[in-house]
Amino acid sequence: MQKPIDVLSQALQSKKIPVKVESEGRASIEVEKKDLVQVAKVLKDLGFDHVKAVTGIDYPDQGRIQVVYHVSSYSDVNLAKVIVALKTWTNYKELEVPSLMEVWKSAWTGERETYEMLGVKFSGNPDMKRLFLPEDFEGVYPLRKSYKIKTEGLFVDRPS
Amino acid sequence: MTDQAEELMKSGGMEIDVIPVSGELNVGPQHPGSGHLRIYVRLNGDIIEEAQVEPGYVHRAVEKLGENRNYIHLIPLVERPAILDSIHMNLGYIMAVEKILGVDVPDRAQYLRSFAAEISRIASHLYGMGILAIFIGHSTGFMWGFGDREVWVQILEALTGARITNSYVIPGGVRRDLTPTIVEMTRKAVTYMRRKIKDWENIFLNNPNVKARLQDVGIMTREQAIEWGAVGPNLRGSGVYYDVRKVEPYAAYSRLDFEIPVYKEGDGYARTLVRFEEIQQSLNILEQIIRDIPEGQILSDRFFKQIPPTRLKKWWEGQRRVVMPGYYASFRPPKGEAVTRVEAGRGELLYYVVSDGSAKPYRLRMITPSYRSIYVMQNLLKGVRYADLVSIYGSLDYFPPEADR
Repeated sequence: MQKPIDVLSQALQSKKIPVKVESEGRASIEVEKKDLVQVAKVLKDLGFDHVKAVTGIDYPDQGRIQVVYHVSSYSDVNLAKVIVALKTWTNYKELEVPSLMEVWKSAWTGERETYEMLGVKFSGNPDMKRLFLPEDFEGVYPLRKSYKIKTEGLFVDRPS
Repeated sequence: MTDQAEELMKSGGMEIDVIPVSGELNVGPQHPGSGHLRIYVRLNGDIIEEAQVEPGYVHRAVEKLGENRNYIHLIPLVERPAILDSIHMNLGYIMAVEKILGVDVPDRAQYLRSFAAEISRIASHLYGMGILAIFIGHSTGFMWGFGDREVWVQILEALTGARITNSYVIPGGVRRDLTPTIVEMTRKAVTYMRRKIKDWENIFLNNPNVKARLQDVGIMTREQAIEWGAVGPNLRGSGVYYDVRKVEPYAAYSRLDFEIPVYKEGDGYARTLVRFEEIQQSLNILEQIIRDIPEGQILSDRFFKQIPPTRLKKWWEGQRRVVMPGYYASFRPPKGEAVTRVEAGRGELLYYVVSDGSAKPYRLRMITPSYRSIYVMQNLLKGVRYADLVSIYGSLDYFPPEADR
């Protein structure tokens, strides 16, 4: 029997979607922002039925933020062994990414958290408002690298 | 009936007005059951028209602090979100770090990880069942849940030195070895729990009151469970066969024999039954582990060699413990990233760690099972009776600190 990861990479390559296979259970796809929804739909048709995590990573030196969707499958026992990281970038100047809620409803929590923590707007998500942060939270976007936290001085790791 | 009553009252000189009641209610944020959480509900009579789950009252900023601490100092931090299930929180994180470092873990340590993890799962399920019981007004279940949990917590204490927040799993292995006392304690606890589960069945699972509160309440179909991204026993209670221990075996699970209970009903009762059957499966796993555990090291050779001989003599030979080698103080893993998942007590736990080659993670993403239950709960609460809110909350085993991280 063919390994699920090989089946996946063949199916994606036939659709001309560049996929990087990292190990037997991990693969990643890096796409342009405009192709995000389309690639997500291809993945959904292949059997990837839920989003495990939506992660925003701030790269201030490059002036952009990376948004990573980790998707996998519940209904297909073989595909469940694979987690695909769907990555895209968004510029500081235009912090907006199309929401994947129309493809996977389970992206809701992660997109909302990424919005409040990093300030990336997901166009199409109906609940673009704060989730974990209090309404009167001062200073914006705590997970950006520019947001410095106060340390107590009792237990501080030396700067690396 | 109402007309009759109205007529009767009129004839007696009284009148009543039937006013349609609609309005808004806050459930919480003062600890509605298992931690601080606010559920904003819009009611029409007794029916919930809309529910908004508003977490964040116990947010610990684990992901932000994670970017400001050394890898090894993060172990106690990542445990905090779910102190009752800290072995799993710890294990998932360490697996991600090991993946970036490229460390092999000795067999005995793998078995010990599974051993601690299963005890943690039983304790976590008993806690969840206790909370569910008190939610639906069954105080005996609450006392029993917490009482029976104590047995397992004491084994963890003997094994790791702490009742909760054990910090037991370290890169390359575990901190302490199994002793004959712990094996004996486990045997006794397994027998006790098997007997106790029969009592649980009699007084809780087969109790008509409990059945009335849970059966056909909060039904989540298979399609809904997949669409909303449910995890763990909630997912398996809706007929989806998915357990990370089978899908992507970690620790010693590929060598252990166990089954995954799956129910098709998708109601609160099915989720409860899944949890009880998982406890029974965990008991079987524990028996297999104390029977089959191989002899050997509990820490990878790469780190074991760095422990000074005098300390080895005192701690490893004397007390079967390892002390942390100096390497741990501020190691710098190579550039890279790792995604790991483990099946924690409440469901799948995912870590995404990005390393930029410095002593601290560049990004630490922690997706806990309760975090993924937020959306599930919000959707399940739509259109149910207000009295069922607590039953659904309890049957999902939602734990606010775990969701907030």
